[in-house]
Amino acid sequence: MSMGAKTVSSSGFDLARVRADFPILERKVHGKPLVYLDNAATSQKPRTVIETISRYYEEINSNVHRGVHYLSERATSDYEAVRKTAQQFLNAADSKEIIFVRGTTEGINLVAHSYGRPHLEAGDEILISEMEHHSNIVPWQILCDERGATLRAAPINDAGELDLDRFSRMLNSKTRLVAITHVSNALGTINPIRRIVEMAHGWNVPVLVDGAQAVPHLQVDVQALGCDFYTFSGHKLYGPTGIGVLYGKSALLDKMPPYQGGGDMIMSVTLGKTVYNRLPYKFEAGTPDIAGVIGLGAALRYVSSLGIDNVGAHEGAVLGYATSAVAAIPGLRVIGTAKEKASVLSFTLENIHPHDIGTILDQEGIAIRTGHHCSQPVMQHFGVEATARASFALYNTKEEVDRLVRGIEKVREVFA
Amino acid sequence: MSDLRDLYQDVILEHSKAPRNYRESPASNRKAEGFNPLCGDRFTVYLTLDGDSIRDVSFQGSGCAISKASASMMTQSVKGKSVAEAEKLFESFHKLVTGLGHSNGDAELGKLTVFSGVSEFPARVKCATLAWHTLQAALEGKQETTTE
Repeated sequence: MSMGAKTVSSSGFDLARVRADFPILERKVHGKPLVYLDNAATSQKPRTVIETISRYYEEINSNVHRGVHYLSERATSDYEAVRKTAQQFLNAADSKEIIFVRGTTEGINLVAHSYGRPHLEAGDEILISEMEHHSNIVPWQILCDERGATLRAAPINDAGELDLDRFSRMLNSKTRLVAITHVSNALGTINPIRRIVEMAHGWNVPVLVDGAQAVPHLQVDVQALGCDFYTFSGHKLYGPTGIGVLYGKSALLDKMPPYQGGGDMIMSVTLGKTVYNRLPYKFEAGTPDIAGVIGLGAALRYVSSLGIDNVGAHEGAVLGYATSAVAAIPGLRVIGTAKEKASVLSFTLENIHPHDIGTILDQEGIAIRTGHHCSQPVMQHFGVEATARASFALYNTKEEVDRLVRGIEKVREVFA
Repeated sequence: MSDLRDLYQDVILEHSKAPRNYRESPASNRKAEGFNPLCGDRFTVYLTLDGDSIRDVSFQGSGCAISKASASMMTQSVKGKSVAEAEKLFESFHKLVTGLGHSNGDAELGKLTVFSGVSEFPARVKCATLAWHTLQAALEGKQETTTE
Protein backbone atom coordinates (compact mmCIF):
# COMPACT_ATOMS: atom_id res chain seq x y z
CA MET A 1 0.00 0.00 0.00
CA SER A 2 1.11 3.57 -0.49
CA MET A 3 2.32 5.23 2.64
CA GLY A 4 2.56 8.55 0.88
CA ALA A 5 -1.17 9.08 1.13
CA LYS A 6 -2.33 10.33 4.48
CA THR A 7 -4.38 7.57 5.98
CA VAL A 8 -6.38 8.82 8.93
CA SER A 9 -7.63 5.95 11.00
CA SER A 10 -11.15 5.77 12.30
CA SER A 11 -9.92 6.93 15.67
CA GLY A 12 -8.35 10.09 14.37
CA PHE A 13 -4.63 9.36 14.76
CA ASP A 14 -2.49 9.61 11.67
CA LEU A 15 -2.01 6.00 10.64
CA ALA A 16 0.72 6.68 8.07
CA ARG A 17 2.74 8.55 10.67
CA VAL A 18 2.22 5.83 13.25
CA ARG A 19 3.35 3.18 10.76
CA ALA A 20 6.47 5.22 10.04
CA ASP A 21 7.34 4.90 13.74
CA PHE A 22 7.91 1.14 13.24
CA PRO A 23 11.03 0.49 11.14
CA ILE A 24 10.25 -3.20 10.56
CA LEU A 25 7.03 -2.35 8.72
CA GLU A 26 9.15 -1.09 5.82
CA ARG A 27 10.67 -4.48 5.15
CA LYS A 28 9.63 -7.10 2.67
CA VAL A 29 9.15 -10.81 3.29
CA HIS A 30 9.48 -13.20 0.32
CA GLY A 31 9.62 -10.11 -1.88
CA LYS A 32 6.28 -8.71 -0.66
CA PRO A 33 5.63 -5.87 1.80
CA LEU A 34 5.27 -7.34 5.28
CA VAL A 35 1.74 -7.61 6.64
CA TYR A 36 2.30 -8.35 10.31
CA LEU A 37 -0.80 -9.89 11.88
CA ASP A 38 0.82 -11.87 14.70
CA ASN A 39 0.57 -9.15 17.30
CA ALA A 40 -1.00 -11.32 19.98
CA ALA A 41 2.24 -13.33 19.93
CA THR A 42 4.41 -10.25 20.04
CA SER A 43 4.05 -6.73 18.71
CA GLN A 44 6.61 -4.82 16.68
CA LYS A 45 8.70 -2.10 18.31
CA PRO A 46 8.57 1.62 17.55
CA ARG A 47 11.81 3.49 16.93
CA THR A 48 11.56 5.24 20.29
CA VAL A 49 11.79 1.89 22.12
CA ILE A 50 14.72 0.69 19.99
CA GLU A 51 16.57 3.97 20.39
CA THR A 52 15.89 4.27 24.11
CA ILE A 53 17.47 0.84 24.66
CA SER A 54 20.48 1.70 22.47
CA ARG A 55 20.93 5.02 24.22
CA TYR A 56 20.82 3.31 27.61
CA TYR A 57 23.66 0.99 26.61
CA GLU A 58 25.65 3.74 24.88
CA GLU A 59 25.32 6.43 27.52
CA ILE A 60 24.03 5.16 30.85
CA ASN A 61 24.73 1.44 31.33
CA SER A 62 25.43 0.73 34.99
CA ASN A 63 23.94 -1.37 37.76
CA VAL A 64 21.00 -0.07 39.75
CA HIS A 65 20.47 0.43 43.50
CA ARG A 66 24.19 -0.02 44.19
CA GLY A 67 26.80 2.46 43.15
CA VAL A 68 27.28 6.00 44.36
CA HIS A 69 28.74 6.99 41.02
CA TYR A 70 26.98 9.11 38.43
CA LEU A 71 26.04 6.36 35.97
CA SER A 72 24.58 4.10 38.63
CA GLU A 73 22.48 6.91 40.02
CA ARG A 74 21.32 7.79 36.54
CA ALA A 75 20.45 4.16 35.73
CA THR A 76 18.61 3.86 39.04
CA SER A 77 16.59 7.01 38.51
CA ASP A 78 15.65 6.04 34.94
CA TYR A 79 14.73 2.55 36.09
CA GLU A 80 12.62 3.79 38.98
CA ALA A 81 10.96 6.42 36.79
CA VAL A 82 9.47 3.55 34.77
CA ARG A 83 7.93 2.13 37.92
CA LYS A 84 6.13 5.45 38.27
CA THR A 85 5.11 5.36 34.59
CA ALA A 86 3.77 1.81 35.00
CA GLN A 87 1.92 2.85 38.16
CA GLN A 88 0.19 5.62 36.23
CA PHE A 89 -0.45 3.34 33.26
CA LEU A 90 -2.38 0.89 35.47
CA ASN A 91 -3.59 3.58 37.90
CA ALA A 92 -2.14 1.68 40.85
CA ALA A 93 -2.40 3.41 44.23
CA ASP A 94 1.34 3.30 44.89
CA SER A 95 4.46 2.68 42.79
CA LYS A 96 5.70 0.10 45.32
CA GLU A 97 2.84 -2.09 44.08
CA ILE A 98 4.62 -2.38 40.71
CA ILE A 99 7.04 -5.30 40.53
CA PHE A 100 9.18 -5.87 37.46
CA VAL A 101 9.14 -9.46 36.26
CA ARG A 102 10.23 -11.25 33.07
CA GLY A 103 6.70 -11.28 31.74
CA THR A 104 3.17 -12.42 32.45
CA THR A 105 4.29 -16.01 32.96
CA GLU A 106 6.70 -15.02 35.70
CA GLY A 107 4.08 -12.71 37.25
CA ILE A 108 1.67 -15.64 37.56
CA ASN A 109 4.37 -17.97 38.87
CA LEU A 110 5.37 -15.37 41.46
CA VAL A 111 1.81 -15.20 42.77
CA ALA A 112 1.48 -19.01 42.69
CA HIS A 113 4.68 -19.33 44.72
CA SER A 114 4.39 -16.44 47.16
CA TYR A 115 0.63 -16.13 47.57
CA GLY A 116 -0.75 -19.50 46.46
CA ARG A 117 1.61 -21.87 48.23
CA PRO A 118 1.26 -20.41 51.77
CA HIS A 119 -2.53 -20.10 51.45
CA LEU A 120 -3.39 -23.46 49.93
CA GLU A 121 -4.16 -26.59 51.88
CA ALA A 122 -5.42 -30.02 50.92
CA GLY A 123 -9.02 -29.82 49.73
CA ASP A 124 -8.81 -26.12 48.82
CA GLU A 125 -9.66 -24.90 45.33
CA ILE A 126 -8.31 -22.50 42.76
CA LEU A 127 -10.75 -21.30 40.12
CA ILE A 128 -9.70 -20.44 36.58
CA SER A 129 -11.60 -20.50 33.27
CA GLU A 130 -11.64 -22.75 30.25
CA MET A 131 -10.19 -19.98 28.07
CA GLU A 132 -6.88 -19.57 29.90
CA HIS A 133 -3.46 -19.58 28.26
CA HIS A 134 -1.30 -22.50 29.43
CA SER A 135 0.66 -20.01 31.54
CA ASN A 136 -2.45 -19.45 33.66
CA ILE A 137 -3.18 -23.18 33.94
CA VAL A 138 0.10 -25.02 34.46
CA PRO A 139 1.45 -23.04 37.48
CA TRP A 140 -1.85 -23.76 39.27
CA GLN A 141 -1.76 -27.43 38.32
CA ILE A 142 1.75 -27.73 39.75
CA LEU A 143 0.70 -25.95 42.94
CA CYS A 144 -2.54 -27.92 43.36
CA ASP A 145 -0.69 -31.22 42.82
CA GLU A 146 1.81 -30.25 45.47
CA ARG A 147 -0.83 -29.20 47.98
CA GLY A 148 -3.50 -31.78 47.29
CA ALA A 149 -5.79 -28.97 46.19
CA THR A 150 -8.20 -28.91 43.23
CA LEU A 151 -7.97 -26.76 40.14
CA ARG A 152 -11.40 -25.95 38.71
CA ALA A 153 -12.18 -24.27 35.40
CA ALA A 154 -15.36 -22.29 34.71
CA PRO A 155 -16.77 -23.19 31.28
CA ILE A 156 -17.21 -20.99 28.23
CA ASN A 157 -20.12 -20.93 25.79
CA ASP A 158 -19.90 -21.52 22.05
CA ALA A 159 -19.29 -17.85 21.37
CA GLY A 160 -16.21 -18.11 23.57
CA GLU A 161 -17.69 -16.11 26.45
CA LEU A 162 -17.27 -17.04 30.09
CA ASP A 163 -20.41 -18.59 31.59
CA LEU A 164 -20.70 -16.12 34.48
CA ASP A 165 -23.53 -17.98 36.09
CA ARG A 166 -21.56 -21.21 36.26
CA PHE A 167 -18.50 -19.24 37.35
CA SER A 168 -20.36 -17.72 40.30
CA ARG A 169 -21.68 -21.13 41.32
CA MET A 170 -18.17 -22.60 41.29
CA LEU A 171 -17.02 -20.09 43.91
CA ASN A 172 -17.33 -21.47 47.42
CA SER A 173 -15.82 -21.46 50.90
CA LYS A 174 -12.94 -23.66 49.70
CA THR A 175 -11.89 -21.29 46.89
CA ARG A 176 -8.58 -19.60 47.72
CA LEU A 177 -7.86 -17.71 44.51
CA VAL A 178 -9.41 -16.82 41.16
CA ALA A 179 -6.94 -16.55 38.25
CA ILE A 180 -8.50 -15.31 35.04
CA THR A 181 -7.52 -13.72 31.78
CA HIS A 182 -8.71 -10.21 30.92
CA VAL A 183 -8.66 -10.89 27.17
CA SER A 184 -8.38 -14.37 25.64
CA ASN A 185 -5.35 -14.80 23.38
CA ALA A 186 -7.03 -17.48 21.28
CA LEU A 187 -10.52 -15.97 21.01
CA GLY A 188 -10.23 -12.25 21.71
CA THR A 189 -13.00 -12.41 24.31
CA ILE A 190 -12.93 -9.57 26.85
CA ASN A 191 -13.94 -10.82 30.30
CA PRO A 192 -16.05 -8.65 32.64
CA ILE A 193 -13.30 -8.41 35.25
CA ARG A 194 -15.08 -5.95 37.56
CA ARG A 195 -18.07 -8.26 37.81
CA ILE A 196 -15.81 -11.29 38.36
CA VAL A 197 -13.92 -9.47 41.11
CA GLU A 198 -17.19 -8.53 42.84
CA MET A 199 -18.31 -12.15 42.79
CA ALA A 200 -14.99 -13.45 44.11
CA HIS A 201 -14.69 -10.78 46.78
CA GLY A 202 -18.15 -11.81 47.95
CA TRP A 203 -16.39 -14.98 49.10
CA ASN A 204 -13.29 -13.08 50.27
CA VAL A 205 -11.35 -14.64 47.41
CA PRO A 206 -8.60 -12.55 45.79
CA VAL A 207 -8.37 -12.30 42.01
CA LEU A 208 -5.31 -12.45 39.76
CA VAL A 209 -5.84 -11.06 36.26
CA ASP A 210 -3.70 -12.15 33.29
CA GLY A 211 -3.56 -8.88 31.39
CA ALA A 212 -1.11 -9.90 28.65
CA GLN A 213 -3.67 -9.52 25.86
CA ALA A 214 -5.59 -6.65 27.43
CA VAL A 215 -3.11 -3.82 28.06
CA PRO A 216 -2.33 -3.31 24.35
CA HIS A 217 -6.00 -2.68 23.58
CA LEU A 218 -7.90 -1.45 26.64
CA GLN A 219 -7.57 1.19 29.30
CA VAL A 220 -6.75 -0.76 32.46
CA ASP A 221 -7.43 0.80 35.87
CA VAL A 222 -6.57 -1.73 38.55
CA GLN A 223 -8.30 0.28 41.26
CA ALA A 224 -11.53 0.51 39.28
CA LEU A 225 -11.32 -3.21 38.45
CA GLY A 226 -10.69 -3.96 42.11
CA CYS A 227 -8.45 -6.94 41.29
CA ASP A 228 -5.76 -7.99 43.73
CA PHE A 229 -3.06 -8.89 41.19
CA TYR A 230 -2.67 -7.84 37.56
CA THR A 231 0.19 -8.89 35.31
CA PHE A 232 1.30 -8.17 31.76
CA SER A 233 4.26 -8.49 29.39
CA GLY A 234 6.09 -5.59 27.78
CA HIS A 235 6.65 -7.25 24.43
CA LYS A 236 2.98 -7.44 23.46
CA LEU A 237 2.74 -3.72 24.24
CA TYR A 238 5.42 -2.52 21.79
CA GLY A 239 8.17 -2.98 24.40
CA PRO A 240 11.09 -5.40 24.59
CA THR A 241 10.84 -9.11 25.33
CA GLY A 242 11.88 -10.41 28.73
CA ILE A 243 10.24 -7.71 30.80
CA GLY A 244 6.81 -7.34 32.33
CA VAL A 245 4.92 -6.02 35.31
CA LEU A 246 3.14 -7.59 38.23
CA TYR A 247 0.81 -5.30 40.11
CA GLY A 248 -0.31 -6.43 43.55
CA LYS A 249 -2.18 -4.69 46.35
CA SER A 250 0.44 -3.71 48.91
CA ALA A 251 -1.62 -5.20 51.75
CA LEU A 252 -1.19 -8.62 50.11
CA LEU A 253 2.37 -8.15 48.81
CA ASP A 254 3.59 -7.02 52.23
CA LYS A 255 2.58 -10.31 53.80
CA MET A 256 3.90 -12.54 51.02
CA PRO A 257 7.28 -14.28 51.29
CA PRO A 258 9.86 -13.51 48.57
CA TYR A 259 9.78 -15.33 45.25
CA GLN A 260 13.53 -15.65 44.76
CA GLY A 261 16.43 -14.96 47.10
CA GLY A 262 19.50 -13.00 46.13
CA GLY A 263 20.94 -9.54 45.94
CA ASP A 264 18.77 -6.42 46.02
CA MET A 265 15.90 -8.15 47.85
CA ILE A 266 17.53 -7.93 51.25
CA MET A 267 17.76 -5.33 54.00
CA SER A 268 20.52 -7.15 55.87
CA VAL A 269 22.10 -10.56 55.70
CA THR A 270 24.03 -12.49 58.31
CA LEU A 271 24.85 -16.15 57.94
CA GLY A 272 22.14 -16.82 60.50
CA LYS A 273 19.32 -14.61 59.28
CA THR A 274 18.20 -12.34 56.47
CA VAL A 275 15.85 -9.39 56.76
CA TYR A 276 14.02 -8.85 53.51
CA ASN A 277 13.89 -5.54 51.76
CA ARG A 278 10.69 -3.50 51.59
CA LEU A 279 8.34 -3.48 48.62
CA PRO A 280 8.81 -3.70 45.72
CA TYR A 281 12.48 -4.76 46.08
CA LYS A 282 11.58 -7.83 48.14
CA PHE A 283 10.38 -9.37 44.86
CA GLU A 284 13.22 -8.20 42.61
CA ALA A 285 16.18 -10.44 43.42
CA GLY A 286 19.37 -10.01 41.45
CA THR A 287 20.33 -7.48 38.81
CA PRO A 288 17.14 -6.82 36.88
CA ASP A 289 16.70 -6.34 33.14
CA ILE A 290 17.52 -2.65 33.41
CA ALA A 291 17.55 -1.99 29.67
CA GLY A 292 14.29 -3.92 29.37
CA VAL A 293 12.61 -1.80 32.03
CA ILE A 294 13.82 1.41 30.44
CA GLY A 295 12.65 0.17 27.03
CA LEU A 296 9.29 -0.72 28.56
CA GLY A 297 9.05 2.84 29.85
CA ALA A 298 9.48 4.15 26.30
CA ALA A 299 6.75 1.77 25.10
CA LEU A 300 4.32 2.86 27.82
CA ARG A 301 4.95 6.51 26.99
CA TYR A 302 4.50 5.79 23.27
CA VAL A 303 1.13 4.07 23.72
CA SER A 304 -0.05 6.71 26.17
CA SER A 305 0.89 9.48 23.74
CA LEU A 306 -1.42 7.95 21.13
CA GLY A 307 -4.09 7.31 23.73
CA ILE A 308 -5.07 3.72 24.47
CA ASP A 309 -8.73 4.54 23.77
CA ASN A 310 -7.77 5.77 20.28
CA VAL A 311 -5.73 2.62 19.76
CA GLY A 312 -8.62 0.42 20.86
CA ALA A 313 -11.09 2.26 18.63
CA HIS A 314 -8.83 1.91 15.59
CA GLU A 315 -8.19 -1.80 16.23
CA GLY A 316 -11.91 -2.34 16.79
CA ALA A 317 -12.63 -0.82 13.37
CA VAL A 318 -9.98 -3.04 11.70
CA LEU A 319 -11.31 -6.14 13.49
CA GLY A 320 -14.88 -5.29 12.46
CA TYR A 321 -13.79 -4.80 8.87
CA ALA A 322 -11.88 -8.10 8.88
CA THR A 323 -14.74 -10.01 10.48
CA SER A 324 -17.15 -8.84 7.77
CA ALA A 325 -14.62 -9.46 5.01
CA VAL A 326 -13.97 -13.09 5.93
CA ALA A 327 -17.67 -13.86 6.44
CA ALA A 328 -18.02 -14.22 2.67
CA ILE A 329 -15.25 -16.83 2.34
CA PRO A 330 -16.76 -20.30 1.83
CA GLY A 331 -15.77 -22.87 4.45
CA LEU A 332 -14.32 -20.27 6.82
CA ARG A 333 -15.38 -20.59 10.44
CA VAL A 334 -14.58 -17.86 12.96
CA ILE A 335 -13.65 -19.32 16.36
CA GLY A 336 -14.56 -16.82 19.05
CA THR A 337 -17.55 -14.61 18.40
CA ALA A 338 -17.98 -12.94 21.79
CA LYS A 339 -19.94 -9.69 21.88
CA GLU A 340 -17.05 -8.04 23.71
CA LYS A 341 -13.93 -8.76 21.70
CA ALA A 342 -10.50 -7.29 21.13
CA SER A 343 -8.19 -7.56 18.18
CA VAL A 344 -8.20 -11.32 17.52
CA LEU A 345 -9.61 -13.10 14.47
CA SER A 346 -9.18 -16.85 14.94
CA PHE A 347 -10.48 -19.06 12.15
CA THR A 348 -10.41 -22.41 10.44
CA LEU A 349 -10.93 -23.34 6.79
CA GLU A 350 -12.83 -26.48 5.93
CA ASN A 351 -10.47 -29.36 5.04
CA ILE A 352 -7.38 -27.16 5.17
CA HIS A 353 -5.06 -27.37 8.15
CA PRO A 354 -4.04 -24.05 9.75
CA HIS A 355 -0.34 -24.81 9.17
CA ASP A 356 -0.89 -24.96 5.46
CA ILE A 357 -2.79 -21.67 5.67
CA GLY A 358 0.14 -20.16 7.57
CA THR A 359 2.76 -21.32 5.06
CA ILE A 360 0.84 -20.05 2.04
CA LEU A 361 0.09 -16.68 3.66
CA ASP A 362 3.76 -16.40 4.62
CA GLN A 363 4.69 -16.66 0.94
CA GLU A 364 2.47 -13.61 0.44
CA GLY A 365 4.40 -11.72 3.13
CA ILE A 366 1.57 -12.13 5.65
CA ALA A 367 2.54 -13.24 9.16
CA ILE A 368 -0.14 -14.94 11.21
CA ARG A 369 -0.04 -17.49 14.02
CA THR A 370 -1.21 -21.04 13.48
CA GLY A 371 -1.55 -23.80 16.04
CA HIS A 372 -3.18 -24.18 19.42
CA HIS A 373 -1.99 -20.79 20.73
CA CYS A 374 -0.95 -22.36 24.05
CA SER A 375 -4.67 -22.73 24.76
CA GLN A 376 -5.38 -26.39 24.12
CA PRO A 377 -8.48 -26.47 26.38
CA VAL A 378 -10.01 -23.77 24.13
CA MET A 379 -9.24 -25.87 21.05
CA GLN A 380 -10.83 -28.87 22.76
CA HIS A 381 -13.97 -26.86 23.51
CA PHE A 382 -14.40 -26.00 19.84
CA GLY A 383 -13.40 -29.48 18.66
CA VAL A 384 -10.41 -28.32 16.62
CA GLU A 385 -6.71 -29.15 16.87
CA ALA A 386 -5.58 -25.72 15.83
CA THR A 387 -6.71 -22.44 14.31
CA ALA A 388 -5.22 -19.73 12.15
CA ARG A 389 -5.12 -16.45 14.04
CA ALA A 390 -4.78 -12.93 12.72
CA SER A 391 -4.31 -10.42 15.53
CA PHE A 392 -4.27 -6.69 15.02
CA ALA A 393 -2.23 -3.85 16.46
CA LEU A 394 -2.43 -0.08 16.28
CA TYR A 395 -0.46 0.04 13.01
CA ASN A 396 -2.61 -2.40 11.02
CA THR A 397 -4.77 -1.15 8.19
CA LYS A 398 -7.87 -2.18 6.28
CA GLU A 399 -5.65 -2.52 3.18
CA GLU A 400 -3.71 -5.18 5.08
CA VAL A 401 -6.96 -6.96 5.84
CA ASP A 402 -7.70 -6.93 2.10
CA ARG A 403 -4.33 -8.61 1.50
CA LEU A 404 -5.18 -11.20 4.15
CA VAL A 405 -8.46 -11.95 2.40
CA ARG A 406 -6.72 -12.28 -0.98
CA GLY A 407 -4.16 -14.54 0.71
CA ILE A 408 -6.90 -16.78 2.08
CA GLU A 409 -8.38 -16.98 -1.42
CA LYS A 410 -4.98 -18.14 -2.65
CA VAL A 411 -4.93 -20.84 0.04
CA ARG A 412 -8.27 -22.09 -1.24
CA GLU A 413 -6.97 -22.11 -4.83
CA VAL A 414 -3.93 -24.23 -3.86
CA PHE A 415 -6.21 -26.73 -2.14
CA ALA A 416 -9.02 -26.55 -4.69
CA MET B 1 3.66 -19.28 -6.36
CA SER B 2 6.36 -21.46 -7.94
CA ASP B 3 7.90 -22.11 -4.52
CA LEU B 4 4.51 -23.03 -3.11
CA ARG B 5 3.90 -25.47 -5.93
CA ASP B 6 7.26 -27.11 -5.09
CA LEU B 7 5.91 -27.71 -1.60
CA TYR B 8 2.30 -28.49 -2.40
CA GLN B 9 2.82 -30.84 -5.33
CA ASP B 10 -0.28 -32.51 -6.71
CA VAL B 11 0.77 -35.91 -5.39
CA ILE B 12 1.08 -34.46 -1.90
CA LEU B 13 -2.29 -32.70 -2.07
CA GLU B 14 -3.91 -35.86 -3.37
CA HIS B 15 -2.47 -38.02 -0.56
CA SER B 16 -3.48 -35.44 2.07
CA LYS B 17 -7.06 -35.52 0.84
CA ALA B 18 -7.23 -39.31 0.49
CA PRO B 19 -4.55 -40.81 2.72
CA ARG B 20 -3.65 -44.47 2.08
CA ASN B 21 -3.56 -47.07 4.85
CA TYR B 22 -5.49 -44.64 7.05
CA ARG B 23 -6.89 -47.14 9.49
CA GLU B 24 -6.39 -48.79 12.81
CA SER B 25 -4.71 -52.20 12.66
CA PRO B 26 -6.08 -54.52 15.33
CA ALA B 27 -3.60 -57.20 14.21
CA SER B 28 -0.58 -54.94 14.66
CA ASN B 29 2.08 -55.95 17.15
CA ARG B 30 3.73 -52.54 17.48
CA LYS B 31 2.11 -49.15 17.94
CA ALA B 32 3.50 -45.69 18.65
CA GLU B 33 2.07 -42.20 18.97
CA GLY B 34 3.87 -39.16 17.63
CA PHE B 35 3.22 -35.57 18.72
CA ASN B 36 4.36 -32.23 17.52
CA PRO B 37 3.89 -30.23 20.72
CA LEU B 38 4.31 -26.95 18.85
CA CYS B 39 1.22 -27.39 16.74
CA GLY B 40 -0.74 -30.21 18.33
CA ASP B 41 -0.34 -32.58 15.37
CA ARG B 42 -0.55 -36.21 16.38
CA PHE B 43 -0.39 -39.54 14.59
CA THR B 44 -0.59 -43.14 15.65
CA VAL B 45 1.40 -45.59 13.56
CA TYR B 46 0.41 -49.28 13.63
CA LEU B 47 3.01 -51.79 12.66
CA THR B 48 2.80 -55.52 11.99
CA LEU B 49 6.28 -56.97 12.18
CA ASP B 50 6.93 -60.47 10.94
CA GLY B 51 10.40 -61.24 12.20
CA ASP B 52 12.55 -58.64 10.49
CA SER B 53 10.01 -57.74 7.88
CA ILE B 54 7.32 -55.03 7.91
CA ARG B 55 4.25 -56.96 6.85
CA ASP B 56 1.77 -54.13 7.38
CA VAL B 57 1.83 -50.49 8.42
CA SER B 58 -1.04 -48.06 8.83
CA PHE B 59 -1.75 -44.78 10.60
CA GLN B 60 -4.40 -42.50 12.01
CA GLY B 61 -4.43 -39.00 13.43
CA SER B 62 -4.58 -35.36 12.52
CA GLY B 63 -2.18 -32.92 11.03
CA CYS B 64 -1.51 -30.61 8.13
CA ALA B 65 -1.40 -31.60 4.46
CA ILE B 66 2.36 -32.16 4.55
CA SER B 67 2.34 -34.39 7.62
CA LYS B 68 -0.67 -36.38 6.48
CA ALA B 69 0.64 -36.92 2.93
CA SER B 70 4.03 -37.86 4.30
CA ALA B 71 2.47 -40.44 6.63
CA SER B 72 0.37 -41.83 3.80
CA MET B 73 3.29 -42.19 1.38
CA MET B 74 5.53 -43.56 4.12
CA THR B 75 3.15 -46.45 4.73
CA GLN B 76 3.27 -47.29 1.03
CA SER B 77 7.05 -47.05 0.88
CA VAL B 78 7.98 -49.21 3.86
CA LYS B 79 5.41 -51.94 3.52
CA GLY B 80 7.21 -55.23 2.74
CA LYS B 81 10.64 -53.82 3.58
CA SER B 82 12.99 -55.06 6.25
CA VAL B 83 13.52 -53.00 9.41
CA ALA B 84 17.02 -52.05 8.25
CA GLU B 85 15.71 -50.98 4.84
CA ALA B 86 13.00 -48.83 6.44
CA GLU B 87 15.53 -47.15 8.71
CA LYS B 88 17.82 -46.51 5.76
CA LEU B 89 14.89 -45.00 3.86
CA PHE B 90 14.11 -42.63 6.74
CA GLU B 91 17.75 -41.54 6.74
CA SER B 92 17.58 -40.73 3.03
CA PHE B 93 14.19 -39.04 3.43
CA HIS B 94 15.51 -36.91 6.28
CA LYS B 95 18.42 -35.78 4.13
CA LEU B 96 16.02 -34.95 1.32
CA VAL B 97 13.68 -32.74 3.39
CA THR B 98 16.49 -30.98 5.24
CA GLY B 99 18.19 -30.09 1.98
CA LEU B 100 21.23 -32.35 2.38
CA GLY B 101 20.27 -34.14 -0.81
CA HIS B 102 20.82 -37.84 -1.21
CA SER B 103 23.80 -39.67 -2.56
CA ASN B 104 24.38 -42.97 -4.34
CA GLY B 105 24.82 -44.95 -1.15
CA ASP B 106 21.35 -43.90 0.10
CA ALA B 107 18.20 -45.92 -0.14
CA GLU B 108 16.01 -45.39 -3.20
CA LEU B 109 13.40 -42.74 -2.38
CA GLY B 110 11.27 -43.25 -5.46
CA LYS B 111 8.00 -41.32 -5.21
CA LEU B 112 9.09 -39.79 -1.90
CA THR B 113 11.22 -37.28 -3.82
CA VAL B 114 8.05 -35.16 -4.20
CA PHE B 115 8.91 -33.95 -0.68
CA SER B 116 12.14 -32.29 -1.83
CA GLY B 117 10.34 -28.90 -1.79
CA VAL B 118 10.04 -29.12 2.01
CA SER B 119 13.73 -28.24 2.32
CA GLU B 120 12.87 -24.69 1.24
CA PHE B 121 10.42 -24.44 4.17
CA PRO B 122 12.43 -25.18 7.33
CA ALA B 123 9.39 -24.67 9.55
CA ARG B 124 7.71 -27.61 7.83
CA VAL B 125 10.47 -30.22 8.16
CA LYS B 126 8.91 -31.46 11.38
CA CYS B 127 5.59 -31.91 9.60
CA ALA B 128 7.21 -34.07 6.92
CA THR B 129 9.11 -36.22 9.42
CA LEU B 130 6.53 -36.66 12.20
CA ALA B 131 5.16 -39.96 10.87
CA TRP B 132 8.67 -41.23 10.19
CA HIS B 133 9.80 -40.45 13.73
CA THR B 134 6.71 -42.26 14.96
CA LEU B 135 7.49 -45.28 12.77
CA GLN B 136 11.02 -45.30 14.13
CA ALA B 137 9.67 -45.24 17.70
CA ALA B 138 7.39 -48.18 16.88
CA LEU B 139 10.33 -50.09 15.37
CA GLU B 140 12.33 -49.46 18.53
CA GLY B 141 9.42 -50.63 20.67
CA LYS B 142 8.74 -47.19 22.17
CA GLN B 143 5.19 -46.11 22.64
CA GLU B 144 5.50 -42.43 21.97
CA THR B 145 7.75 -39.81 20.50
CA THR B 146 7.75 -36.09 19.84
CA THR B 147 9.40 -33.94 17.23
CA GLU B 148 11.11 -31.93 19.97
